[in-house]
Amino acid sequence: MRRLSWFNVTSLTLGFAFLYLPMLILVIYSFNASKLVTVWAGFSTRWYGELIQNEAFLGAAWVTLKVALMSSTLATLLGTMAAYVLVRGGRFLGRTLFSGMIYAPLVMPEVITGLSLLLLFIGIGLDRGVLTIVLAHTTFSMCYVSVVVSSRLVSFDRSLEEAALDLGCSAWDAFRLVTLPIIAPAVIAGWLLAFTLSLDDLVIASFTAGPSATTLPIKIFSAVRLGVSPEINALSTIMIAIVATGVITASLISKRASLRAQKEAQAAERASG
Amino acid sequence: MSQTIFAPWDDPNEKPLIRFENVTKKFGEFVAIDDLSLDIYTQEFFALLGPSGCGKTTMMRMLAGFENPTRGTIELSGQNIVPVPPNKRAVNMMFQSYALFPHLSVRENIAFGLKRDKMDKERIEARVAEMLKLTRLEKFAQRKPHQISGGQRQRVALARSLAKAPKLLLLDEPLGALDKKLRQDTQFELMDIQESTGTTFVIVTHDQEEAMTVASRVAVMDEGRIIQVATPANIYEYPNSVYVADFIGDVNILEGRAKPVGEDRYEVLWHEGVAPVTATSSAPFSDGQTAHLAIRPEKIAISTDRPDNADNAMEGKVLDIAYLGNLSTYHVGLPGGQVIKAQTANTRRIARRDITWEDPVWISWSATAGVLLAE
Repeated sequence: MRRLSWFNVTSLTLGFAFLYLPMLILVIYSFNASKLVTVWAGFSTRWYGELIQNEAFLGAAWVTLKVALMSSTLATLLGTMAAYVLVRGGRFLGRTLFSGMIYAPLVMPEVITGLSLLLLFIGIGLDRGVLTIVLAHTTFSMCYVSVVVSSRLVSFDRSLEEAALDLGCSAWDAFRLVTLPIIAPAVIAGWLLAFTLSLDDLVIASFTAGPSATTLPIKIFSAVRLGVSPEINALSTIMIAIVATGVITASLISKRASLRAQKEAQAAERASG
Repeated sequence: MSQTIFAPWDDPNEKPLIRFENVTKKFGEFVAIDDLSLDIYTQEFFALLGPSGCGKTTMMRMLAGFENPTRGTIELSGQNIVPVPPNKRAVNMMFQSYALFPHLSVRENIAFGLKRDKMDKERIEARVAEMLKLTRLEKFAQRKPHQISGGQRQRVALARSLAKAPKLLLLDEPLGALDKKLRQDTQFELMDIQESTGTTFVIVTHDQEEAMTVASRVAVMDEGRIIQVATPANIYEYPNSVYVADFIGDVNILEGRAKPVGEDRYEVLWHEGVAPVTATSSAPFSDGQTAHLAIRPEKIAISTDRPDNADNAMEGKVLDIAYLGNLSTYHVGLPGGQVIKAQTANTRRIARRDITWEDPVWISWSATAGVLLAE
């Protein structure tokens, strides 16, 4: 392993400190025994205990989880379908426009997405609650899924699908029996991504949530306005852990899949060479 | 001969298995197939041969059902198959990339098409076992495609496409990914399997040697048209154009003006100050018509002394020798600057061969050795 120069070490430390120091402080203070957030009074898991008893937080956590599960599943379904059509549909009228439009929500300010969804829901008279948050989260996370899945589809050997058709499959059978098993890692990675995106979204959720359903990020945000409590630190720490696990798992799955593909190719080369 | 020669294309009563009728295929403005008609007969091993972009792959994809002709019809056993989707055709294809399903084992790959037909389990098992035996893959049935060698994968692809006992098997550059030695062995294996199963094979290849080895007939294609369809021997010995002569094997082309000098006999004035060459041709040439004498290097004899009784003989100097082991090709420069290739079999050991660089030599050939072509 190469030794890093002092310059590299400094830039690395500075960069990572910038990124992770605030979170680290939050995690440390979540184990603070004191009721005052800024005064350290020894290690304790007391706030985690109190958190479990807080009905309001638990209710919000349950809503968040439900929303994340439903919206990520829906987004995966729609995103995969969109990716399939855009990559496999050939050159149909407006294809470039469509593929551009599917990426647009990635760069669209969340405030605008949230506001337009709010207007839509009011316009069609849909009461704001779990359903509206699910729909809103599906809207913005399906394009992430479609990006992940379409990048896998692009590198996918088209003749595999043709072979399935040639051997008697209908188009749906070819997708179900050949395409889907092969792109499964990308689909799972896309689902995990959508799941974590939904978990930590505040802006869009606050536009589309109603009094009947509040998500955890909204709860935390409104609680903080009344002052930061150590309980919130504990809650945030748990959320960091969940999101980090999701993101790391998603990247591990896609990395393992690409590593395996590489190994298979190498093994094949050795065998034929 | 006791054996009847397989030549259904010469029998006017024989119905073709496949009939292309005035088929045109355009991709936008590009004409991939240009008003092409072709008959292929049952049990043939038919080769579509041509450079890349000549339309041979498009022909195959139209047979499989992945492309539809812009105009014209394609018949299989007398039935127009143009409106039939690929999954409903009694045609299977072996892909150039093999297209083996990476998530399925060798056995599951072979069984894939049979399962789509809702065949019962025992019959699938029996058929898969038969295919594994035919392609000598019994030992690898449980392996995944990435756990076997390139040659074995090629055989899995063949077994999978043969499993449904198609009327017609399409092979898209089936041996392109194999090294030369393995390719030659596999060519003979393919011929054996074709013979033992009695399936009609259509192979697409750009490798003329491969087409010559395996095929009962070869169609030489260029720019969406078929230039010549004939048996390998006829393609080689009686090409109908300079394009075919040049595409198949090595050839010397002497271009000049024809001059009739007797029945079916012509002199070709091909170069100022060089004696005309004599050649026979059943196709008529008028006096002064442009003619190309196509003559294969192995039909030209090379000697140190002037040969007696040769129809054509000229003196030159050895410029280059390509030693191929079994054969040597001599590039002989004539006084006018032209270069003629002559080839001899190396029946003697190298130390005793008497012709070397810069040697003055005589090359000679008979009047019937070459083909006279108008274009």
